[in-house]
Amino acid sequence: MKILAAMSGGVDSAVAAARAVDAGHEVVGVHLALSRAGGTLRTGSRGCCTIEDAMDARRAADRLGIPFYVWDFSERFRDDVIDDFVSEYRAGRTPNPCMRCNEKIKFAALLERAVELGFDAVCTGHYALLVDGPEGRELHRASDAAKDQSYVLGVLTADQLAHTYFPLGATPTKALVRAEAAERGLTVAQKPDSHDICFIPDGDTRGWLAERVGTAAGDIVDRDGAVVGAHEGAHAFTVGQRRGLSLGVPAPDGKPRFVLEVRPVTNTVVVGPKEALATAEIAGTRRSWTGRAPSAPSFACEVQIRAHAEPVPAQAEIVGDEVVVRPASPFDGVAPGQTAVLYDGTRVLGQFTIARTVSAVPVGG
Amino acid sequence: MTAYFDHAATTPLRPEARAAWLEAVDVVGNASSVHGPGQRARRLLEQAREEVAATLDCDPVEVVFTSGGTESINLAVKGLWWARRAGSDGIVLPDGEHHATMDAVEWLRTAEGAGVTAVPLAETGAIPVHAFAAALPGAALATAMIANNEVGTVSDAPALAAAAAAEAVPLHIDAVGAAGTIDVRFATWRGAGRAAAGLVALSVSGHKIGAPVGTGAVVVSRHAALSPLLHGGGQQRGLRSGTQDVAGAAAFAAALSAAERGREAEAARLTGLRRRLVDGLRAAIPQAELLGDPDRRLPGNVHVHFPGAAGETLLFLLDQADVAVSTGSACQAGVAEPSHVVRALGRDERAARSVLRFTMGRTSTADEVDRLLAVLPGAYARAVAAGSR
Repeated sequence: MKILAAMSGGVDSAVAAARAVDAGHEVVGVHLALSRAGGTLRTGSRGCCTIEDAMDARRAADRLGIPFYVWDFSERFRDDVIDDFVSEYRAGRTPNPCMRCNEKIKFAALLERAVELGFDAVCTGHYALLVDGPEGRELHRASDAAKDQSYVLGVLTADQLAHTYFPLGATPTKALVRAEAAERGLTVAQKPDSHDICFIPDGDTRGWLAERVGTAAGDIVDRDGAVVGAHEGAHAFTVGQRRGLSLGVPAPDGKPRFVLEVRPVTNTVVVGPKEALATAEIAGTRRSWTGRAPSAPSFACEVQIRAHAEPVPAQAEIVGDEVVVRPASPFDGVAPGQTAVLYDGTRVLGQFTIARTVSAVPVGG
Repeated sequence: MTAYFDHAATTPLRPEARAAWLEAVDVVGNASSVHGPGQRARRLLEQAREEVAATLDCDPVEVVFTSGGTESINLAVKGLWWARRAGSDGIVLPDGEHHATMDAVEWLRTAEGAGVTAVPLAETGAIPVHAFAAALPGAALATAMIANNEVGTVSDAPALAAAAAAEAVPLHIDAVGAAGTIDVRFATWRGAGRAAAGLVALSVSGHKIGAPVGTGAVVVSRHAALSPLLHGGGQQRGLRSGTQDVAGAAAFAAALSAAERGREAEAARLTGLRRRLVDGLRAAIPQAELLGDPDRRLPGNVHVHFPGAAGETLLFLLDQADVAVSTGSACQAGVAEPSHVVRALGRDERAARSVLRFTMGRTSTADEVDRLLAVLPGAYARAVAAGSR
């Protein structure tokens, strides 16, 4: 196969490219220039795509003896990922930019370009397993549950999956990947994993958003509407959050309060007791199915609402445009804007963006 | 074997340069040492200096060897600024200059408060003499690239030099792309006179003409006022301290002389190859548009706008077919950048991302041109289909 290996400069994508070469494929390495704000040197493990990252990717490609290019997707990234991130926060939601990047850039814009330029597949260092099932390509969790990244790949359709290649999915642990990198003489073997948001290199998401969304002071209210405090910008809060609440009025029961809801229209943040976070139902219309859409209007599944959340058994129902999911036991705080990925065992069924939630504890109850 | 169309980026080492370098590198001695071994090294160095002076039409003492084009340009631009005549202010900077010039001037602007007067280019990429002259009065210095490294247009060096002399403004000419290809005549362009103004400095680069990377020179008129970048042993009139690279200078001189000897014949040969390329291109891709002056241009340079195709994609597809071309410029990470020169011709951002530069040189052949023409149409069609993703 002719494979385009996306190389971030990290150890996972470097080893993935190496395995593709060993498997006998014709491999070309590409580093995506996504963020024009990129610095020159990486500062620890935050952020991504500095010039040093590009160099690390290049040296890995050199080591593997494969051609290497840097492609500029920064404009698309700005429009589809960064601008979306800001507008979601403005609307009081909590977006997941990594999902958007996979959805619009890595497995869309890049994948389409790769196919047009004659490649059979895009290879990445994601930890997930591709299985050829009876009805086409399936996406499954990786062998290493701790590293499993099938969640962030939940947006991929079977057509896209037909052109992807994830060589790391069956590796028992990440430590083995690092060991393999060292054995192969890849200089990135000990490079720390990047976390947080790649386009906010110093990790200060709150400050970054404040510059773009502005800081409009507003009220913090309880579920009855009584004002219990003040905030300096609603974007700094997300459902389930406990820290950062400077509340002037203590709760009647003395227990800590949590963010239940962010209301951008009135610029208010609603807080309440931990029990009130319990969510009985989530729903959304923006969805995709990995393979065929489910034939039954209602079916059992497991649902995962965050990249590192435990999957929860649930009943999913397709009602008109909406996918509605009711977990067997309530979720502990769900932020609209996040993605719900549905699983059948290890297999990814599909996903939807959570647009509305229903509390398990009605107000006053 | 790669079909190589990026001679403007670098070009193979000339056999004369290799031979001169190997011979000189075994003559061990610091050219500044007083003793015999030092003198022997010095002899080779000064021989090289005379040879370069003869080729560029200046005095040997006016030849300052450097590590290449970037250093030469920095030395000239910054050096002239720092030594400027009291009461003069501002730097006259045409659009579309090389990054070495632009970035040095930008640094002087931000770090030293230098004013900058831009001179827009003509649509052909030439520096318009009238507009250039109009920008000169009161300026501390002016700088001009006489053969544009991207679109290949050759500007009127004698006229620009005359304008600078008339306004008594020191002028630096970037001849990095011009030396060895067009007739560079420092003293003739400068004219007679002892003023520290008019044409006072001229930069050349070694690896562009078949000398090793890390060699080059800047001609600095004996009448110029110029401050050095490097301080130290005071070599080369104090203008460029540091132990002199004798072997590098020997190689550079040999390359420059060889280039000059064959200049006219090579220009004719390259013009023939260019014609072959252009004719084939026009026939196969009628939408392709040639940029730069059609006649007053570097003989081996063909610069093309490919509507609807990203230069980055074309470069990739051609590279996969083992044909090496350039989009003009790349950043340090390796991202193909939109050409500021194409923007300077008055084109939009989209066009600036849809160009390729083909530059031929001493080792270019008709076979290579034919190979390029064989793969270009398919690459173009594919790049257009891939869209502007």
